[in-house]
Amino acid sequence: MPERTVVVGSASGLHARPAALFVAAAAKQTVPVTIRTETSKKPVPARSMLGVLSLGAKWGTPVTLEASGDGAAAALDELAELLARDLDAPDA
Amino acid sequence: MRELRGIGVSPGRAAGPVLHLAPPPSLPSPPAQVDAEAEKDSVRRAVALVAAELTRRADAAVEDTAAEVLRAQVLMATDETLTDAADAAIEAGSAAPHALAAVLAEHRAAFEAAGGYLAERVGDLDDLRDRLVAACLGVPMPGVPSPGHPFILVARDLAPADTAGLDPSVVLGLVTAEGGPTSHTAILARTLGIPAVVRCTGISQLADAVVVALDGGTGAVSVGVPDGEAASVNAAAARLRTTRAASRGPGRTADGHPVALLANIGGARDLTGDVEGVGLFRTELLYLDRTHPPGEREQVEAYAAVFSALPGRKVVVRTLDAGADKPLPFLRLAGEPNPALGVRGLRVARRAPEVLSTQLSAIATAAAATDADVWVMAPMVATPAEAAEFAAACRAHGLPTAGVMIEVPAAALRAPAILRDVDFLSIGTNDLSQYTFAADRMCGDLAELLDPWQPALIALIAACAAAGTEAGKPVGVCGEAAADPDFALVLTGLGVSSLSMAPRSIPAVREALAAHTVAECRQIAKAALAADTPRAARGAAGRGAAG
Repeated sequence: MPERTVVVGSASGLHARPAALFVAAAAKQTVPVTIRTETSKKPVPARSMLGVLSLGAKWGTPVTLEASGDGAAAALDELAELLARDLDAPDA
Repeated sequence: MRELRGIGVSPGRAAGPVLHLAPPPSLPSPPAQVDAEAEKDSVRRAVALVAAELTRRADAAVEDTAAEVLRAQVLMATDETLTDAADAAIEAGSAAPHALAAVLAEHRAAFEAAGGYLAERVGDLDDLRDRLVAACLGVPMPGVPSPGHPFILVARDLAPADTAGLDPSVVLGLVTAEGGPTSHTAILARTLGIPAVVRCTGISQLADAVVVALDGGTGAVSVGVPDGEAASVNAAAARLRTTRAASRGPGRTADGHPVALLANIGGARDLTGDVEGVGLFRTELLYLDRTHPPGEREQVEAYAAVFSALPGRKVVVRTLDAGADKPLPFLRLAGEPNPALGVRGLRVARRAPEVLSTQLSAIATAAAATDADVWVMAPMVATPAEAAEFAAACRAHGLPTAGVMIEVPAAALRAPAILRDVDFLSIGTNDLSQYTFAADRMCGDLAELLDPWQPALIALIAACAAAGTEAGKPVGVCGEAAADPDFALVLTGLGVSSLSMAPRSIPAVREALAAHTVAECRQIAKAALAADTPRAARGAAGRGAAG
């Protein structure tokens, strides 16, 4: 299954505003995407705010996205790019 | 009429019927049998209702941070995994409210286990659970009531979700049983200009609709006020607001002694109305949540935006005030067992001298390009040697007016020596209280020790002011205490030459000063200094102010 591992680029980690932006973007994808960290028990749906928050991913934490089906690669590219950015920056 | 007492945290008087923040709903005992389809529908209706209510509150929120918290809660409420898990619990025999509460309890445990930031957000999950359960049960959602008439809001404490969109024309005053002078309730009340009293024992026992009158300056709450009296309290408060809205000009006592009334700001966007200048420009906002320090050019732009708005006026810039309590990733400060006593404020420059030199250089560049009268001061200075070193660094960067904050008792005690090397002092009363009384600012249980009217705090301020008078150098106050009109008289009487506060607080202080001569202020200061307790100090000052 296609995967992308990327390091969280948001200064405050993957919570609050960065998490909300990420979850909203994941919900727009045509394929289901999951996200996990090296320590998480199981992958969680990327469109689940509760799941994404409970990963507790901080700035610099590597996270892995996974998806399958038509458009999986494009979805992973878009979401990986978003995760790598600093979504706390005022212009994000 | 009965009198309750708390700590006044937002000055002003207000009267009206008490309404309690709606309490969280309690779960009924689980039903023996459930109609699974009906319960699943109930979950969906509850989710829709709660999401709509939270969205409405987010849209009405006055602060961006509160709105973001609420929008994150909307995403949690509408999370499909929540509905799916609730459906599964219903299939297993739960009713809708029990199913939602159980699922959210699991997430709560995960948040708590994760620790740090997530553990601090469990309040958001609890609020969400209470709202969803209330919606399932068809009872009012917890939060600020909307009875259709003005009232005094009473709560244990207030969370951002409660207060976002609070309307000052309906909520005339706030009284809480818990919280402290630096709690969310206090900060919000001051921002909105709503009179507020915190840590008021006995307030939770009052029934709804009992009429109370509160004084957000003294912390007094009168219970069982006759309607006529309540109306006159509010009419007087309204007249005061009108006069204050029209108040202008520099701070002066009745006999013309100048006391500069300056603004505390975090950036150019906080500059509202006509101010004499800025007494505290907090520069932390530029640095927060950054993985790398802001570059010199970015800093020059931010500083110049403030300076150019105040041509010819004084702007006191405080250099970066960070530490393990306000961690900045790029400083890579190790966790400290006691951050308030650790490497913070100017002490950070020992580890990362380039952060301070870049900042001083940016301030100097911005100052040279604009016409503001730029002063610079360092936070968390403890010794004359630190002060001298900072002043030398400022001068080396071409910044002629260098001063230090007085937040540590050691520095207050050595104020005369410090003033030999710096041009001014600015007393940060919040931290000076914390360090003088060995009482954490964030600890609501110790709020009474953090009362600025504590005679020991007043004595330290007096020592600094006397050192300033002796040296012929200005001594200002930039803590929350400067915004208390009565306390401003004490400070003026002690010889403090400028008071810096949230811009909204300036008119009340301006008016208090204009009603008293310097001699009266000195009398009031003397009475406060001679008192043994904060209450006695307030009382003595009040009598002095009246006479």
